[in-house]
Amino acid sequence: MLLGFVRALRAAGVEASTERLHAFLRAVAALRPGVRADVFWAGRATLCGGHDDLERYERVFAAYFGSAGERAPRPARAAAPSRLRLVARKAPVVAGMPGDGEPQGPPAAVLAGSAEVLRHRDVATLDAAERAQLRCLLAAFALEGQARRSARRRPARRGEVDPRRTVRELLRRGGEPARLRRHARVERPRRVVLLVDVSGSMAPYADALLRFAHAAVRAGRTEAFTIGTRLTRVTRELSHRDPDVAMAAVAAAVPDWRGGTRLGELVREFLNRWGQRGMARGAIVVLLSDGWERGDPELLGRQMRRLHALAHQVIWANPRKARPGYAPLAAGMAAALPSVDAFVEGHSLAALERLAAVVRGADAGAERVTGAGRAAGPDPVRGAERA
Amino acid sequence: MDDPERVRARLEETGYLVDEGLAVTCFLALRLHRPLFCEGDAGVGKTALAAALAEALGAPLIRLQCHEGIDASQALYDWDFPRQLLHLRAAEAAGVTDAERLESELYDRRFLIARPLLRALQTQPSVLLVDEIDRADDEFEAFLLELLSEHSVTIPELGTLRAEEPPVAVLTSNRTREVHDALKRRCLYHWFDHPSFARELAIVRRRLPRVSARLAEQVTALVQALRGADLIKPPGVAETLDWAEALDALGANELDADLALATLGSVLKYREDTERARGLDITAVLAARGG
Repeated sequence: MLLGFVRALRAAGVEASTERLHAFLRAVAALRPGVRADVFWAGRATLCGGHDDLERYERVFAAYFGSAGERAPRPARAAAPSRLRLVARKAPVVAGMPGDGEPQGPPAAVLAGSAEVLRHRDVATLDAAERAQLRCLLAAFALEGQARRSARRRPARRGEVDPRRTVRELLRRGGEPARLRRHARVERPRRVVLLVDVSGSMAPYADALLRFAHAAVRAGRTEAFTIGTRLTRVTRELSHRDPDVAMAAVAAAVPDWRGGTRLGELVREFLNRWGQRGMARGAIVVLLSDGWERGDPELLGRQMRRLHALAHQVIWANPRKARPGYAPLAAGMAAALPSVDAFVEGHSLAALERLAAVVRGADAGAERVTGAGRAAGPDPVRGAERA
Repeated sequence: MDDPERVRARLEETGYLVDEGLAVTCFLALRLHRPLFCEGDAGVGKTALAAALAEALGAPLIRLQCHEGIDASQALYDWDFPRQLLHLRAAEAAGVTDAERLESELYDRRFLIARPLLRALQTQPSVLLVDEIDRADDEFEAFLLELLSEHSVTIPELGTLRAEEPPVAVLTSNRTREVHDALKRRCLYHWFDHPSFARELAIVRRRLPRVSARLAEQVTALVQALRGADLIKPPGVAETLDWAEALDALGANELDADLALATLGSVLKYREDTERARGLDITAVLAARGG
């Protein structure tokens, strides 16, 4: 019975590995036999790997062991941890028994708010040749942030004297004077955070931008989120090696393709849930959006100031910027610009290359960027746009 | 402590109130010798749980605060080089010529500086708190794996040290980044929610018996209202306790809107949040609760 439960759990999207299953069985064996709540909590502690799993776990548990009489003990949620969950609770929950046959995706995928235009987008509709070409080109990206010094040191030819290694060397020679050993601080790339707008107005670009995000996430310290009507973290979905599998995972995880944009609220949500706690601190945050704000532009301006204070650098890549005669007149864009360190284009592969160069630090990128790109360093662009 | 109920009772004796889920999880951590991985907002009692467990078990609490760049020599052990050198000099002065013996003496246990992780393995029983693991680099997580699953450490000069009775390990994370699944799946997972009104009131009453019943109730009600107000940093239980304590220090027996606004600094740490709180109808919240 427990095995069947774990199978149902896996079908609902909780990645309960065999190792977790063993832990679950051992835990149940250690507890009072037949007490429902004990089984519930033992499973929650052993099978779940994160906050996102908890809701699915509670749902599957209630469905599998029945909620007749006693309900699954549910901790009171005083504050709403996120907007996402609020909406999810309002939405109708499919109360089917497991084994009904339909393999359920993550619950977020079946939700639809009333005022929002939420649609799944099949990323497989791209024409094959185009997709192959894009994949090739995007796979070459490695979005590495500028180097930052870390607290760690490693042996080096020059740098400060490393007392530990020097003394060890001395000891090895029985106290005879030896060469001074030195060490230097390790330089690590800064974390890069991508916020990709997937709202309706960005539809022609979302696919390419997400593939760009995929290449960046694969290369290392990059986190990716989609913004539209909701904020969705897609780093884990994008970390699959095969771009098509990764894109399918993102398509399943993101509920708000082609909806409207509430940039201000979503930037705030990003900051409250992730950024403030550390993800944005000292990072390079890249917004890939056209800046069409349906909500209050002043809110966006405020949140961008917050973001700017936390992050090392804020970069805004706007696909519409390349159009002749473009001026950042959209209220959201205008409100955000004062808090943006670099304002670049994002409509083509070349523009994305340039973006990668800016993220890497203009100097390091200059080698890979062609003549036209070199002029598009952060400062001149920014000055021109502000005017 | 041979069933979850007993664990709960012992923890409550120390002043730490747990709900059923946490009691079962703690019991499993003790019984199965599995580390406990605690996630949740700041100030909901993750670190306090480790302290309470230590007190309940009568074991010392050994704490490792993680930070970026933390490495084995800061977390596990190090050799005391100055003392080793001194030892060499002293031996030289005494005319010791047996080089082999001298060398083997150098890597004696007395020159070993045990950092928190090694200390936890050497102390039995003990509670090991690895605080804010999400601040350390991901390499450091990999380094913890052996220790947490084998309860042993290998020191090249001395060999493998194994704890006879593994320490009770508590890891906390504020979710600034995703901790690697390899680490998580060796642990029991517990998510800390903000407590309900009744539980939080019970915690305040328990921890601060000096505070009047009425004040405790008002402070708790107000904090619960603030948590629903969409703040940048919703206050945790720690802030509730701070606030009640601060008001008590001011000699207050009950709370009114003016006093609440004057002491908001104990609870809210952002200017934007304070402004938002000023927009709340504090008198109404206070009146609704036993006014």
